[in-house]
Amino acid sequence: MERIQIGEISLEMLTAGEGSPLLFLHGGDYFAQNREFVDRLAQHWRVVVPRHPGFGGSERPDGFRTVHDLAYLYLDLLDRLDLRKPVLVGSSFGGWIALEICVRCPERIERLVLVDSVGVKFGGREDQDIADIYALSDEALLRRTFFDPAGWAPEYTRLDDAEALAIARDREATALYGWRPYMHNPGLRRWLHRVRMPTLVIWGENDGIVAPDYGWKLCRALPNARLELIPEAGHYPHVEHPGKVADAVDHFARGEAR
Amino acid sequence: MKVWHFSEMAYHPAWPQLGDSYRVIIPSRLYDPKIGADLYHRYLDEWALCDELGINIMTNEHHATATCSDAVCTIPMAILARETKKVRLLALGMPIGNRNDPIRVAEEYAMIDVISRGRLEMGFVKGVPFEISPANTNPAELSERFWEAHDLILKAMTSLDGPFNWEGTHFHYRQVNVWPRPYQEPHPPVWTPVGSPGSAIEAAARGIVIGVLNTGWVRTPAIFEAYRSKAREVGRDPTPDRLAYMALIGVGETREEGRRRADQILGYSRTSGIVAPQFANPPGYVAPGAAAQMLKTGGAMAARATRVQTKDGRPINPRTMSVDEAIDAGLVFAGTADDVFDQLRAFYDHVGGFGHLLMMGQGGLLDHEETVANLKLFSREVLPRVADLGV
Repeated sequence: MERIQIGEISLEMLTAGEGSPLLFLHGGDYFAQNREFVDRLAQHWRVVVPRHPGFGGSERPDGFRTVHDLAYLYLDLLDRLDLRKPVLVGSSFGGWIALEICVRCPERIERLVLVDSVGVKFGGREDQDIADIYALSDEALLRRTFFDPAGWAPEYTRLDDAEALAIARDREATALYGWRPYMHNPGLRRWLHRVRMPTLVIWGENDGIVAPDYGWKLCRALPNARLELIPEAGHYPHVEHPGKVADAVDHFARGEAR
Repeated sequence: MKVWHFSEMAYHPAWPQLGDSYRVIIPSRLYDPKIGADLYHRYLDEWALCDELGINIMTNEHHATATCSDAVCTIPMAILARETKKVRLLALGMPIGNRNDPIRVAEEYAMIDVISRGRLEMGFVKGVPFEISPANTNPAELSERFWEAHDLILKAMTSLDGPFNWEGTHFHYRQVNVWPRPYQEPHPPVWTPVGSPGSAIEAAARGIVIGVLNTGWVRTPAIFEAYRSKAREVGRDPTPDRLAYMALIGVGETREEGRRRADQILGYSRTSGIVAPQFANPPGYVAPGAAAQMLKTGGAMAARATRVQTKDGRPINPRTMSVDEAIDAGLVFAGTADDVFDQLRAFYDHVGGFGHLLMMGQGGLLDHEETVANLKLFSREVLPRVADLGV
């Protein structure tokens, strides 16, 4: 993977394709499984996929520990790569970062796609909007994450040291940013009216981590959004159906836009 | 050598009703407070007896578990600070990386130290991984929070000239001013439990006493050696009183009686690790390199299952281990007073000596009468013989 230096931080970054810019912000787990989706997008877009600080081989400086830090870092990344008005696509935890970017600088983003995003609290204090992935058995977590759980999780015992270390770092970093408050910013809902750009909310119909009902609430809370359900898909619909989700992004961002 | 009696105050009546987890997710409906009250009082009586027997007292704490009903280690200590007069009181201890208010910890410890007229030994613990969920603290920040809380508590106890400011990474106060100040000067001795050479090194650098628990014959020598070596490196003399080892001890008039007691105390070791696997290694609790190795070798439960080993390195299943296996592993010293002393002496020599024996004199199902007999016999027959060790 390539690397990019943004200020003091060196990140792993994947770039693919040519065309208008599209920034993809990945979720907390299954980083490698995003590849086919990224390749599909790269048929029409210049796709930029940074690996978040603390994940994989990306550095995380001391004191860099919030989703706010991530939002400002990626605004710096837009400057650094001179990405003007990109399409921004965020999956799960990456959707939360995307929302934090958009409430800050809505004018910087052409269009927004949220795929089974987290980041916002809708329910009451005793409602668990987002399943506690840290309290689920491996088997239950896998079943809630994918419509068809077979085949998506790597055979962990067969990973080489570098791959295993990258996954361990992904998980540590996800916990660091998302442990408490759990996978959301209590203040974010108040500012969602600032997410003015056309927005496509994509949701796996069978998402057992964040149910489609949350997707509908998110869609209604955004000023300019529509929602598209992906059948036979869990929390990472773009992993289970890369072609279908890439087409939906394409149609929304190219067809509808231009 | 100083000896300390330790019990986890197990709520064992619930054990037969528990399945694959003895922790975190078990409903409190399974706790009967009337039985629980009787149990608290008997465990406290056993500790109070230690004052007459010359055995010091050690408490700990765990949360949301039937293996240990001591949820707040300072509560029995507060009672015992007044009920006892002579022995020292070791709380090992307060999970300061999981608690939200280090100042409150400083206050609790300072009060106990004053009430006991300076008999408190002050333990700070990071806590086992299953403690993360009940406290909902960020596992990836635990170590950092622990050391910041440690520094703040010691500064709070030793700052005698009015308020100071603390705006750290995790804790924020503008008027830190702890009353009462501790009885001992500059503050009660600090202890921490460690389970690896890495954490021993962190403690050695600061001169903290380490309590080594459940590491046995195979893993303990490297931990003690790492401590001694680091202590020397930073110019501290690693005297034996810096090192403590915990063993489960069953002593009897006959070998059979001592081993029978040990077998019941082993209820602690057999149940302690029974936890739903998802709580056994929250991400960030161990460094990514160690987490990656666990990922490749079948996860945290598989790693836990190979931790206890016989002298020749054969893994023992902690859930089913026999007294023989546990003696072989160096977790248990049991039999007659001679047997216990001989096993302890061999272990002591093997690990290069230590100054504190943390004696689990009660564990699991061992009842009150048996515990009292165990403690009395130990006090009469073994205690005088270990007094000269590790001084």
